Amino acid sequence: MTAPTMTPYRPGPAAGHDSFAHLLRAEWTKFRTVRGWVIAVIVATLVTILLGVYGGARSQDGCVGGPCHPFIAVGPAGEAVTDAFYFVHRPLTADGSITVRVTALTGVIETAETPQGPARTRPGLEPWSKAGLIITAGPSQGSGYAAVMVTGRHGTRMQWNYTGDTPGPGKGAGEAGGVSAGSPRWLRLTRAGDVVTSYDSADGIRWTEIGTVSLPGLASTVQAGLFVTSPQYVQQVSQQISGGTQSGDPTDATAAFARVTLQGRWPASTWTGTAVSGGRNSQYPTGSEAGYRQADGTFTVTGSGDIAPGAVGGTPVNQELAGLFIGLIAVVVAGALFITAEYRRGMIRLTLAASPRRGRVLAAKALILGGITFAAGLIGAAGAVWAGNRLLVRNGSAIDPATALTEIRVIAGTAVLVAVCAVFALGVGAILRHGAGTVTVVITAIILPYLLAAAFPVLPAGAADWLLRVTPAAGFAIQQAVPQYPQVAGSYAPFNGYFPLAPWAGLAVLCAYAAVALALATFLLRRRDA
Amino acid sequence: MSDATIEVAGLRKRFGSTLALDGMTFTVAAGQVTGFVGPNGAGKSTTMRVILGLDAPDAGHTLIGGRPYQDLRRPLTQVGALLDAAALQPSRTGRNHLLWLAHSQGLGPRRVDEVIAQSGLEQAARRKAGGYSLGMRQRLGIAAALLGDPPVLMLDEPFNGMDPEGIVWMRGFLASLAAEGRAVLVSSHLMSELQEVASHLVIVGRGQVIADTSVADLLASASADRVTVRTSARWDAATVLGDAGATVADLGSGILTVSGLSAERIVALLGESKLPFSEVMTHRASLEEAYLELTRDAVDYRAEPARGAA
Repeated sequence: MTAPTMTPYRPGPAAGHDSFAHLLRAEWTKFRTVRGWVIAVIVATLVTILLGVYGGARSQDGCVGGPCHPFIAVGPAGEAVTDAFYFVHRPLTADGSITVRVTALTGVIETAETPQGPARTRPGLEPWSKAGLIITAGPSQGSGYAAVMVTGRHGTRMQWNYTGDTPGPGKGAGEAGGVSAGSPRWLRLTRAGDVVTSYDSADGIRWTEIGTVSLPGLASTVQAGLFVTSPQYVQQVSQQISGGTQSGDPTDATAAFARVTLQGRWPASTWTGTAVSGGRNSQYPTGSEAGYRQADGTFTVTGSGDIAPGAVGGTPVNQELAGLFIGLIAVVVAGALFITAEYRRGMIRLTLAASPRRGRVLAAKALILGGITFAAGLIGAAGAVWAGNRLLVRNGSAIDPATALTEIRVIAGTAVLVAVCAVFALGVGAILRHGAGTVTVVITAIILPYLLAAAFPVLPAGAADWLLRVTPAAGFAIQQAVPQYPQVAGSYAPFNGYFPLAPWAGLAVLCAYAAVALALATFLLRRRDA
Repeated sequence: MSDATIEVAGLRKRFGSTLALDGMTFTVAAGQVTGFVGPNGAGKSTTMRVILGLDAPDAGHTLIGGRPYQDLRRPLTQVGALLDAAALQPSRTGRNHLLWLAHSQGLGPRRVDEVIAQSGLEQAARRKAGGYSLGMRQRLGIAAALLGDPPVLMLDEPFNGMDPEGIVWMRGFLASLAAEGRAVLVSSHLMSELQEVASHLVIVGRGQVIADTSVADLLASASADRVTVRTSARWDAATVLGDAGATVADLGSGILTVSGLSAERIVALLGESKLPFSEVMTHRASLEEAYLELTRDAVDYRAEPARGAA
């Protein structure tokens, strides 16, 4: 070599060390300096908010100037509840117990008017018709309570505070070997301080404890006694394009209680009958009436309604987020382009030359993209719920009360949903290295199943359930505001906001897809020539 | 290692049925511009991608300052590279393009503004890079390569798309970078672009090094010089020079082409014989000719028969 001998160039002292923080900063700079991506995220946020506003503004449930919607009771935990039944009660001061023998539980179901014929009534018992003993913490709807009961087809049970439910050993009145005059059922409710214990017996001698619950802050004097209620007859309407509204028909139940035995201090000398009513929730069949008769020591009580979680008539908080999927499309596009644009122009080579440890590049991209889209989703969801709620209230519409925890879960969960969808798009983009292809795949995987199964239900319920279990669209379950309770019969279809998977389980399905896509993308990024 | 700052050893790489690199081996020294020359498809870009850890070779290895690229923690402070001037997001401004790159190395906006000034991009820096001419993109690529103030620079076809003024600027700029003691490797498929700037050449073809030589040695080893002589006594002159051992060709019109003797010797011989001559002119073999001669066999895609080298 004939090159002149020279001292190699030495740069000045290097400032700082290689760090993941540099990489994060670089990716943040990359994202914020492409106007189209920033606009996409802002548009996604605004669209989500505006559709919440639109949903609230077009609400026609109520009327301007005052609420015309049915009263929605709120349970002790803050959730919407139904609290309607016929109550034959007396005050109970301090500790005591009430024991009863249930000798019959029958009911009437009204079949609504149809093109085939006029409305008719027929004898029949709803599976969740209830008759038994109850101790309530207060007179208003939504008060805390503990009850023991015979049901139509779900055996004997203890239930408390709307969501609590424990089965007992006895059979329901509508089941073989259930309650009848020939085979009565004995129930007992005991109160000691805040604690209520329930018992079940076939003969009044050998007792089985069903459960014990604590009702904190229970007043010294409470109302206790007999109750009967019967929920609407619900047909499982399979979802169709015309909509999956549930049809409810009025029912009632009538129970016979004998040998009412009281222990402790029951200061009143007589029983009082009260129809605890909940608007449309307690609808009696034609010719049927709430009330009770007392003859020869036997109480015959007729009631309708339900004591259960959930209510009809309000707008659940997740309905205000129904437009999210539109904003999600913009987020998916931005997430895909965040990586595929680098491949399109060959800029990925510059990125990988600057950061040879490729797994960290993808991790930094995922964190930055996830962070940005989480923030956008949070602002969008919170804005939609806040604005939607205000408009609903102004229009006199009811908002389904939800616990603070539920609202936080729906809003924060929506933000996580948005972020994970974006990261999923990033992972698929790194695998496919093609923008349009990535957007197509991700939208087909996430948004299409959601549209087909939940937003515009064109699929039968079985197929819809399946799609919302196995596709990334399962993540939308995080928006379910009203839980599905086994002790409430209802039209639990995706169209009505009920997802086949629990909220966090559904989100976990989406996260699993994103994790697999990201893992495969990392593997390929390390292995492939750039 | 002495002062070799890029070391390429035994690279082999196959893309499908094409053998892109077939034992590529060379080193690049500091303090000079090394031209990396070869016809299109010779493996220059692939070699550079392997050096930067972008492509994995089937065999062989590369080192930067004695270390594999993967081990460099802030690699742009060790090697600055310009591979493809079009590799940028068109909707991002030139300055923001440099800014993300600076951030990835822990550098700040002040360094970005320095390299913008160095590469003469002040006017365009805040415009979208998608609107840049190819020459401006080359300058932006140079600015990106300089960000980390690296001791090694590696530029793939930096003259592409530059106007003559830009080419002159680029040559001076590369020379000044080498004069600072940096190792500068510049690839081109046109030797003429490297003339006057490269002092060392790595000439490649078909994935191999054909010649690893200084420019001076290459010229010396090229075909012997030819001398044209204009004389009215061409028969006598041809005889005298032929007797002295030269090969003489008569081109007619009183012009002889002589090879095998230096111009000085020819003037002396003709003077001694008192033969008249009006012009003696030496044709030096150009770098281009020497290069074409070397790579004649290595050109994969030749549109037409090459010009004769001598």
